[in-house]
Order: sequence, then structure tokens, then C-alpha cells
Amino acid sequence: MMTQSKPGLSARAKAEIDEWLKKYPADQRRSAVIPALHIAQDENGGWLTTELMNEVGDYLQIPHVAVYEVATFYSMYELKPVGRHKISVCTNISCMLADSDGIVRCLKDRLGIEFNETTPDGKFTLKEVECLGACVTAPVMLVDKTYHEKLTPEKVDHILSELE
Amino acid sequence: MKIEIEIDGKSFEVEPGKMIIEVADAAGIVIPRFCYHKKLSVAANCRMCLVDVEKSRKPLPACATPVTPGMVVRTRSKLALDAQKAVMEFLLINHPLDCPICDQGGQCELQDIALGYGSDNSRYDQGKRSVKDKNLGPLIETEMTRCIHCTRCVRFGREIAGISEMGSIGRGEDTEIGTYVEKSLTSELSANIIDLCPVGALTNKPFRYRARAWELTQHSGVSPHDCVGSNLHIHTRRNAVMRVVPKENEGINETWISDRDRFSCEGLSSPERVTSPQLKRHGQWETVDWQTALQTVVEALQDVTEHHSADRIGGIISPNATVEELFLFQKLLRGMGCHNIDHRITQTDFHYQQAMPTYPKLPVSIADIEQQELIVVIGGNTQHEQPLIHHRIRKAWDNGAKVIMINPVDFEFNFTPTQTLLVENRRLPEALTGVTRCLAESQQDTEIAKDLLQSVAVTPAHREVADALLSAKAPLILLGAGAQNHPQAGLMYALAERMAQLSNGNVGLLTAGANAAGAWLVGAVPHRGPTGLNVSKPALDVQRMWESELPAYVLFNVEPEHDCANSAKALKALSQAALVICLTSYKTPAMEQYADIILPIASFAETPGTFINVEGRWQSFQAAVIPKGESRPGWKVLRVLGNLLSLDGFNYVVNTEVTDELRSLATTNTPEQPAGPWRYPSHLPTVSEGVERFCYWPIYRSDSVVRHSQPLQKTPLSETPVVTMSPQLAQRLGLEAGTEVKVSQGGDAVVLQVCISHRMVGDTVGIAAGFLETAGLAESFGTVKIERI
Ligand code: SF4
Ligand code: FES
Ligand code: FES
Repeated sequence: MMTQSKPGLSARAKAEIDEWLKKYPADQRRSAVIPALHIAQDENGGWLTTELMNEVGDYLQIPHVAVYEVATFYSMYELKPVGRHKISVCTNISCMLADSDGIVRCLKDRLGIEFNETTPDGKFTLKEVECLGACVTAPVMLVDKTYHEKLTPEKVDHILSELE
Repeated sequence: MKIEIEIDGKSFEVEPGKMIIEVADAAGIVIPRFCYHKKLSVAANCRMCLVDVEKSRKPLPACATPVTPGMVVRTRSKLALDAQKAVMEFLLINHPLDCPICDQGGQCELQDIALGYGSDNSRYDQGKRSVKDKNLGPLIETEMTRCIHCTRCVRFGREIAGISEMGSIGRGEDTEIGTYVEKSLTSELSANIIDLCPVGALTNKPFRYRARAWELTQHSGVSPHDCVGSNLHIHTRRNAVMRVVPKENEGINETWISDRDRFSCEGLSSPERVTSPQLKRHGQWETVDWQTALQTVVEALQDVTEHHSADRIGGIISPNATVEELFLFQKLLRGMGCHNIDHRITQTDFHYQQAMPTYPKLPVSIADIEQQELIVVIGGNTQHEQPLIHHRIRKAWDNGAKVIMINPVDFEFNFTPTQTLLVENRRLPEALTGVTRCLAESQQDTEIAKDLLQSVAVTPAHREVADALLSAKAPLILLGAGAQNHPQAGLMYALAERMAQLSNGNVGLLTAGANAAGAWLVGAVPHRGPTGLNVSKPALDVQRMWESELPAYVLFNVEPEHDCANSAKALKALSQAALVICLTSYKTPAMEQYADIILPIASFAETPGTFINVEGRWQSFQAAVIPKGESRPGWKVLRVLGNLLSLDGFNYVVNTEVTDELRSLATTNTPEQPAGPWRYPSHLPTVSEGVERFCYWPIYRSDSVVRHSQPLQKTPLSETPVVTMSPQLAQRLGLEAGTEVKVSQGGDAVVLQVCISHRMVGDTVGIAAGFLETAGLAESFGTVKIERI
């Protein structure tokens, strides 16, 4: 039997997952899979490895494949390494009508990357996402965990320049 | 209270809560569907079953719409048909048009339904998506571009196999069905997803491209691998078995079969099949004609009878033999004056044989296992021994039953048993005594087996089992292979019976092979003739036959090196014997050494016959193909031998005459006897010290047909022989995983690698049987010495 030391979920991450588990009935640990994956992802520089997903599955006592299903379904989980900042631009209908195309063009231009790419300095990853649920303030993008609304190219420039 | 609904103008009285599709199916009204399957949960994701329901503005899915009083359903109105056709058009957008090269062609639900509901031309002119195929192992081929995402395979894993391996990965247009990380499926029921898949996404890998569905002839059959008696459809073409699929039988196998039942047929065409009679002359094997071979057998047997006596012959027959074969086998030997007959080849304790019932039979039907409140399994890896009985146990557990395992290994099951009482193999009798003592004391009924019970201290784990037994209405106690093969099998059976008496429960044996019940009933045991009548002269059980080193042995479909407990003893006995006659379908390397005459007999699917399953159900079947080469059905070979030996009563023309003879004996002779009476020793037998072997037959080493099936041998469930031990024991012995060790017992030794598993307990090590590599050990359950080499 191989004993490999793997990075894995830290004790702190497990404690955080335990907090979430308290919110659900004891026999429904699988309910915590979404927050648990976020916790695991945050701790691992913004993306999930298969090993981490397995660990989340084992910790929640659900089959590994049930974790993969969730992690591959939602666009907020990353299965490949990402840059320090993840920019998710909405191109769904309301945003499209409010010229999200222009925002996308601006972003691609400034960053020099296409969707699902990371800048060579490892700072930004650009993603296209569906409705972010903020249609009233379209066009919208999500940078890490912050919403930026009513975007204009100027605003985008400013936001980018503020990021470390 | 029933409610009335109307479908297509006909009225039905139905149970509330049923779905429209269930009512329609029962009435023979066809509603097209892909995702619905009566044995799976309702997913309602394909929308093919849309029907027109009065007062509903939109068509509703018949699989997910419960009936309501006065509901009026039209399955073929314009609204329904338009909806169904529209769904069909959507489904075909991404489905490839590759039916000519698709193995599912001709047996495809999508193809069939597209014929009825599809249009000739597609209006879709953009690129279709394609999906990378997945590697699911040696049994299931994939072509995932064809998948229509019905999720039947996913639900099967979750709900039936009890192990989720397939999932729905990604979303929307990018959804793929697969395992995400490449892995071979490990469920022993995995290949049922081939039947479930409505398209050609999941197909039978060994069968791939071998035949078209319409070229096949369908025959009914019964699985020869375990006591379930699963019903099969055997598909043949030009006298060859091409594949095996389940035949639905709600009371036995429902709509499933195990992978062992499905893929064992690949062993039928193995190059190790013997296809002509063979004699060993001056150490050389020669192929001869049947007449010469049979004449040689007769002369050789007569020679033994003259020079020794008939009771110096040992007759050993597989518990997978048919009723007819078993009956004629014992009739032949008894006709010659020999009662040394046995089918209990994996067992080591026989002292309780008088207490056996006429034949072992479960106290409940297979289907009723699901309804139990408490099931206690003693010495059983049920998931691998009888996969479809285990499926019922799992269903019971799913329904809220308690399931307790009392085992020498913490076997990995597809559910978590309520309690596992894990003890060293040699301490199983002690554990049962402890539980019995608790029961007896709570019931204030301590007279029976008083001294024995007093001799054991009760532990909290014993009490936990006893409490569960006392709180259930009628617990079911099942003895698996580990209990029946145990050196204290009799004591364990007796204790299980006592546990049942004290808790108002029942005991059942999950017997080895397909036809142990038949073997008992026909008298393929040394102490009883047909229908359980005692024979005048006590004779030798299979272990005594090996120990007595007889001059002659007749083996029927038995490879002692693989099939028998205490295999080295068997091999030793066979090698000293002057005469070893093998009626067999396969010739193994060891058999070449010990056998003198080989009579090739028909294998699975090649012979008519009857099996009696674990519920006592008689199931007869016809041959699906004629036997390979010169081999002949075993019952015919035995009949001819009977005639050549001038024995009475061997003038059968068809095999059913044999069955009828047994049936009439069974009705005229004494009624079936229950198990008992039981006697209890005053104390437990002394327990050996040191490392002890626990012997088991891995699922795909259970009989010769299975062992010769290459696809099964390549699955993750096929094992390599190793010595498995707990981490503690490994540490004490200074061994690591993978270390080569010499495992010895007296003068015998084998070399194996160490495998470390937290599922093992104490000083018990697991060493499987069914392999030549482990055949050199003389005691399946004795102590062993393990040394580094
Ligand atoms: S592989 Fe077959 S059974 Fe599984 S989801 Fe696809 S079509 Fe359905
Ligand atoms: S469409 Fe962009 S936020 Fe809803
Ligand atoms: S069969 Fe009803 S939705 Fe698929």
C-alpha cells in the first residue's frame, strides 16, 4: 500500500465543511457538496483536482462520480489551473442586448487572450458564462467573487488596473 | 380504493399513485419511451412518452404523471403524436446515422421508435456533436456519440448495482455519460446496462460484431453458476452460443443477470475444451472413439471391483451437475455397490450430515428476502457468491431492514451492513455461541447446550446481534459459503438453528453451485440415497475419500485442484490412484497428470437437464446447441455406462424419464424431512494458534466454465492469488505489500505475494482457491506458516 503525502483538504477546510453540514439533516450530507467544492477550490488556488474531488466525496460519504457530476455541471468550478483572477463575462440575452460583445472584445483585447485562456503571467483567466442573475444591471461580469455591473469599456479598464 | 381512468377510450380501475405508463403497459397499450424502465426510478428526461391528457393544456409525460380519478388519456391523438414526433426529431439531431455499423442495429429501441415516429428526412443541417468513447473494461463496449442521455445506466448504478460509477458529466450540449476518470466498472451486475441502454452506446464487448440480432435463435436456459437459478435467454447461431441475456422472471432474477451468468459462455469455446474421448497409454494421451473409451472404463471399473471391492471407488460430482446427471451418477455407483458419492466438494466438515434436511431449501422465497425485517448472514460474501440473492438482501436493507454480517473478513458490500461482527475464522463458532448464550439468557431457556453456552463469555457485540434478533419478528439467518465450508460447519449450523429457535427466526443455506438442492435430493451424498432415504452402509464423504487414498476415482465435472477444499490432499490421492476417470468438459494441465481416462461431456447450454434452486424450485431446460466436438451430454454417458455394466434400470431414452423417475420417488417416499435433530458439544473445540488460512472461491474462479471465460478473467473483480492479511499481522511478520512469501502447511508450500488489507482481522489470512498457484495447500482452513523468501 502506497503512503503518499498529498496536499488534500486541510483541517481548516474540513472544519468549514462541517459548519455547512450542520445546516442539513445528518443523513443528507450530499447537500453540502456545492459549498464543500467551493471551499476545496478556494484552498487550491481556484481549481479542483480529481484527488480533491475524491476527497470531498469521501468526506461527504458520497460516490466520487456524484462529485464529478456537480463539479462539471456548474461553471463556477474549475477543473484546470486558472490565473489569480477569474473573469466571468455574461453573454446571455440581457447582457447581449446591452452590448456584452463590446465588453468581451475589450477584455480579449486588453488581456490578449481568448475565452478559457490564462494570461502568460498567470494573472487572469477569461471565461464566458450564462446569465449571472443581474440582468437589470447588464452588462455584467464577475471577477473572482465580485460583481461588476453596467459595464463600459472604460469601467473594464479601471477594474483591470485595480487588480493585483 | 381504486380509481377509474380512461386510456384510448378504454376504462381501467387502477391503484392511485400509479403512473399512466404503468397502467398502459399492463393493458398492452404501447407508449414510446427511452428513459423509463420499470425497475428504475423515474427520471422523465427523454420526453418521448408525452401523451394527451384531457384538461391539461400541454402533453404530459406518461412515465411521470400519476393517475387521477376520471383522468382521460389519449396516447395517439394528434396532440400526442405531434409531441412524440417532435421529441423524436430533437433526439435525432445529435444521434449518428450509423445503424449499419452499430451492433445495436435490429435490437435498438431508438431505431424501432424512429421507424414509427421519426421522419424520413432531417431538417437539421448543422454539425452533429461527437463524443469520445469511454473505456469501461473488458465487458462493455462504448460508442458514446450514440448516447441519448436517458440516464438509465446511471440510475442502474445508483439504484440496482449499489455502486455509482457512471455519471452525467458536464451540462447542456456538452453533457457526456461516463465515469469522468477512466475506470473499468467493478459491479458484478455491471453488464445489465447493456440491456438497459436503449441505443448502441453500451454494447456487449465480447459479442461485438459477431452476429446480427436477427441471425440469432433464442433458447431458454438456467444459469449454472449459483443456487439462484437465474433464467437466461441463450442466443445461438449455427450451433454456437453467441451471447446470453436475461430472461425475465420476477420471482428469481427479475430483469437482471450477473456478469458471471452473462459472460461465462465465452468459456465454451476455450482451447482447453476436450472434444474427444482420450486414454492415457504408457503415459501418453491418445484420442480414441467412444466405444473404446467406454469399454475401457467398464473394464477398468470391473477390475477395481474384482481386485479390491466396489467400495474402494470414490465418486465425486460437481454441485453444478444437472439433477439427471447427479441421479444417474449415484445410481451407477450404487448399482455397482459403491456408496462413496459426494458433491460437497468445497466442504470440510460432515459430522452433521444426518441432521441435514432432505435437501436444503430457503425458508422464504427469493422474492420474499426483500420483505425481511432482519437478515443475519453468517460466513458469506453474498455479493460475490450469489449476486442476485445479494441484490434482494440489499433491497431489504434499502426498505429499512437490518442486515448483520458475522464474517471472518469485512467483505466490501454495495451497502453498509447495520452491524458487522468481525472475528477470526476459527472464532466464528465462538461468536455464534456468544450470541446464542445472550439469546438463551434473555429467553430464560438455557437448558439446551448449557455447558457449551456457559463456556463462552458474552461480548457487547454478541449482545448487539442478540438484541437485533430479539426485536425482529421473524429474523432470517443465512449461512454462506464461509459457514458451510468451515471445519466447524456442523456446529455453526446447529448454533444458527438454536439462534433461530430462540428468536422465532428461520435458517437458510446459501448453497454452493447451481444444484446442491438437486444433489441432496437425488442422494449424491454417501449416507443417503434418492429422496433422502438412508443407505444401509455408511460410506465415505469427499474428504474421507481423499484421505483414504482409494485405488480408483470417478470425477464428474470436477477439477479437484481448483474446485475442491483441501486441494493438495485431493491431488495426492489422485496421483497415487491406479485409476482416475474424468467426465469433464475441460482438460487442465493437472488433469493430464492424474487422469487415466477422459470422457468429454457437454457443458453449459449443450445439455438438457434440471436444476433445483435454493428455494426448491425445479427448473428444466433444453440444450441450446449440440455438444462441442465428440462430447456427449453427461446423462447419456452415464446411461450407456450403466448399460455396459449390465446394471438394472438404465434404459432411458430421453432425459426427462430420469427426471420423472426422481419425481415419482419423491412423491411416494417419505415426506421431506426438516433439518435436525441437533446435538451440541459440551465445549467449543480447541482453537489453533498462529496464522490460519481462510479459503474462498473468488467470483470468477467458481467453476470451470467461468474460469475459462477470458473476458471475466480480465475484469477488476478477477483476482490474482495472493495472501491477504491485516496491516497488524503484516507488521508483526515484518512483511510489506508485494513481498514474496512462502506459505507452508506441513510439507506443502506455495509461493505468493503479500496483499495488505484493513478488511482482514487478527491472524486470519485470505488465500483463495480456484487457482493452480494455491492448489498445493492441503488444508483450506488450517494453520499456515508464512516466511519471507
Ligand atoms: S449510455 Fe445508453 S443507457 Fe446510458 S444514458 Fe446513454 S443512452 Fe442512456
Ligand atoms: S443575462 Fe447577463 S446577467 Fe442575466
Ligand atoms: S419515458 Fe417518459 S420522459 Fe422518458
